[in-house]
Amino acid sequence: MKYTGNVIKYGDNIDTDVIIPARYLNTSDHAELASHCMEDLDKTFVSRVQNGDIITAGQNFGCGSSREHAPIAIKANGVSLVIAKSFARIFYRNSINIGLAIVECPEAVDGISEGDKVEADMDNGIIRNLTTGKEYRTAPFPEFIQKIIENNGLIQSIANGSIQ
Amino acid sequence: MGMTMTQKILAAHSGLESVQAGQLILAELDLVLGNDITSPVAIKEFSKLGRDSVFDKDKITMVMDHFAPNKDIKAAEQCKMCRDFCGEKDVTHFYDVGQMGIEHALLPEKGLVTAGNVVIGADSHTCTYGALGAFSTGVGSTDMACGMAIGKAWFKVPSAIKFNLTGKLRKYVSGKDVILHIIGKIGVDGALYRSMEFTGEGLSSLTMSDRLCIANMAIEAGAKNGIFEVDDITLDYIKAHGAAEPAIYKADDDAEYDEVINIDLSEIQPTVSFPHLPENARTFDEIGDVKIDQVVIGSCTNGRLEDLQAAAEIMKGRKCAKNVRVIVIPATQQIYLDAMEQGLLKIFIESGAVVSTPTCGPCLGGYMGILAKGERAIATTNRNFVGRMGHPESEVYLASPETAAASALTGRITSPWEVMNK
Repeated sequence: MKYTGNVIKYGDNIDTDVIIPARYLNTSDHAELASHCMEDLDKTFVSRVQNGDIITAGQNFGCGSSREHAPIAIKANGVSLVIAKSFARIFYRNSINIGLAIVECPEAVDGISEGDKVEADMDNGIIRNLTTGKEYRTAPFPEFIQKIIENNGLIQSIANGSIQ
Repeated sequence: MGMTMTQKILAAHSGLESVQAGQLILAELDLVLGNDITSPVAIKEFSKLGRDSVFDKDKITMVMDHFAPNKDIKAAEQCKMCRDFCGEKDVTHFYDVGQMGIEHALLPEKGLVTAGNVVIGADSHTCTYGALGAFSTGVGSTDMACGMAIGKAWFKVPSAIKFNLTGKLRKYVSGKDVILHIIGKIGVDGALYRSMEFTGEGLSSLTMSDRLCIANMAIEAGAKNGIFEVDDITLDYIKAHGAAEPAIYKADDDAEYDEVINIDLSEIQPTVSFPHLPENARTFDEIGDVKIDQVVIGSCTNGRLEDLQAAAEIMKGRKCAKNVRVIVIPATQQIYLDAMEQGLLKIFIESGAVVSTPTCGPCLGGYMGILAKGERAIATTNRNFVGRMGHPESEVYLASPETAAASALTGRITSPWEVMNK
């Protein structure tokens, strides 16, 4: 699985309350959630994010609430991949479960700047910064994780028999 | 090799003799929980699986607590979706307005969790039930949907940090001060992916209310779960609430811990976490003159009867400061009733506070106490992230019911020791 996109960069401890504020949790509509993504942290996110863009962030991305609305809001904005130094555990699980690709790679986060163009080859665990030419190694996605992401989430993977 | 409490519970629920940290297992679930925010997403996912029924109608619970009583039309639609689903699937433990309370106060009170259980809940504070000696953890809506369908969930077996408690808490210091102190010490990702196991002679001085509060905020240190060793206090509580027969798992003497942290409870002081992270914990020698606009006493962290009693002791016969809005929210109907019979509601109302029906409401910036731009609240809730209780430029300071009550009287962040030692 390969992802190519421009980078939007955030810092440490980005919590689910800023990813999608609770005042918008009276809906589970993906497009509506997407329209408020990051608004308490970065009002420009929704207007500037492009299909395929990659988010990078520091430690403990997605900490706080268990709301699956958070990875849904990110994915519904067309973000293809999130690279962070570390993820909060519920957010990590939720992202995979809804088919949002996410990966931990502290070196890549330090070596990638806002606006850089990045290509991530997750079959082989290679993240390339196409702007600087630097390359970073991470663990490739195991096969079952690839299947879940390709099938747009765990439920679809079970429903269509990709995951038994 | 020895196992921790958590590892023993997970082994027993996955049919294995033993497990070790890092191992992936499929565990049988004793209870699957959702609320009015997370359940609608889970119900939509569940419907894609094409199953007619849930795995066990007695082992699923939905609690309408976040935006209920319905705060707006959309919230009403979400609650209706949960109500219709539970009716259709004949779910036994559906709690609606009139029976509902804040989920993590309600489930222990109703005896739905016992020691040795494995519980998942689509709410991050599901870790609360670790106070009962259960393995209990927050998950998302997809995991909830799968849990409702098959009664199982996969887990990576966590390693653990052991908290060895000694000593006894001082007057007007409670469980909230302990957990804010711990999060201040280890940070908001200090226990990421791991268990926090609480043990030691100091346990005997902690009430169930203290323990539920401490376990509740394990997630604020990034933990997978928080869990307390079971003792007579736990067993008395479980029995009094009519929960199922407990299964007691003690850590092996040679269990491996990533770290052992000693906490002398007698050294804990009233503690306040400053915006915008729970790890910004300060004691009163580091707190200056911080004026407040609102006080919230309630939530799954501190809305129990003992919390209301502690606040009422401080507020009794005194008036809330001018221009401070004080909101008291008993966490369940039973707590509301008990507080009424004990005269606590009268104390709050006479002091100038408002008393609300049970709801998560203001804790997550839903309704019933939203902050305007630039306003500050001291709250017994669990998170002080940017915009958590309202405007992104408002501020939340986390504290115990004792400290929140003292602050209500003065209009600035105030130690209960200052008010009560006068």
